[in-house]
Amino acid sequence: MKKYLFLSLAGLLMAALATGQSQYKAGDIASDFSLKNIEGKMISMSQYSDADGFIVSFWCNTCPVVKKYDQRLQDLHAKYAPKGYPVIAINPNDPAVSPGDSWEKMKETAAAKGYVFEYLFDETQEVARKYGATNTPHIYILAWKDGKLVVEYVGAIDNNADDASAADKKYAEEALNSLIRGEKVAVAGTRAIGCTIKWKKG
Amino acid sequence: MKSLLAATISVIFGLAPLPAQKIEKIGVPELEKILASPENVLHVVNFWATWCPPCVTELPYFEKLSKEYEGKGVKFILISLDFPSQIDSRLIPFLEANKITADVRVMTNIDYNSWIEKVDASWQGNIPVTLLFNNANEIRYFHPEELEEAKLRELITKYLQ
Repeated sequence: MKKYLFLSLAGLLMAALATGQSQYKAGDIASDFSLKNIEGKMISMSQYSDADGFIVSFWCNTCPVVKKYDQRLQDLHAKYAPKGYPVIAINPNDPAVSPGDSWEKMKETAAAKGYVFEYLFDETQEVARKYGATNTPHIYILAWKDGKLVVEYVGAIDNNADDASAADKKYAEEALNSLIRGEKVAVAGTRAIGCTIKWKKG
Repeated sequence: MKSLLAATISVIFGLAPLPAQKIEKIGVPELEKILASPENVLHVVNFWATWCPPCVTELPYFEKLSKEYEGKGVKFILISLDFPSQIDSRLIPFLEANKITADVRVMTNIDYNSWIEKVDASWQGNIPVTLLFNNANEIRYFHPEELEEAKLRELITKYLQ
């Protein structure tokens, strides 16, 4: 009976992971990771000695919505890395499903766009699963508190994917400004249309 | 009188050439109306976009089954999330090229956070997703990822009863 219960729980857990229902939300403690950047070096958040937090962005080379936000992510890094919140972009897509999202193509994208933030490859998709990311782009703003990475915001960069100048709710910037001022983040979670993460088959 | 005649003629001929495919643009109120439909049929509402490869892969299954289930208590609505700026340049040519005749509507409100949760509490905005419901029978199932043809058929069979 105990064994059966354990199996049922394991099954439920796997189902929850598979559908991304275990998503981080504001207030949760995020896990650090060790992922390969475009130079083949392993990168963790704990390696950033000066950071107060991070703009962890599930990203890729191919999604049209990501492309719409490309400049905006670079602008966020330019504005907020000096204030303690650098961008870390993570590509979780399986290249077997989405060939344009291979590590080699990541190098090309980073070079073509001139990324100055880290662009990491979540080859096993474990980080995306753990964070509960479902699509690209999908932004997680984290802040160090007492040696832990607290999730402060999950969702979209702003409320107009098509036209940056028409966005009148800049969720990510507002969350970051609040954190820098030492205030509570007012809007801690949003949802936005994006490309589904290309999970490994089977 | 002459001017009336001229006006009539211009109404008849002046509109031509009509686009071959007309597509209904919807906003949040129209979406809410679809979701609250009291009609006693199984609604199959698919959210997709031409820029989404898995959506494009599964679209023919919806087209095919919409023909198969015509008049059999199933109502298909394919809600495109293509950018409003690309309706004429991309969406309509795509529908014509792929001979999609199913009921396609395009969501023009791109303040996504204002309406995603209305579709399903668990939906984070990834596409494709498909919602099956019949409010008259309190049937509701949200499928959070792409579908194979057999799976779509299985779901329709299951929830049609």
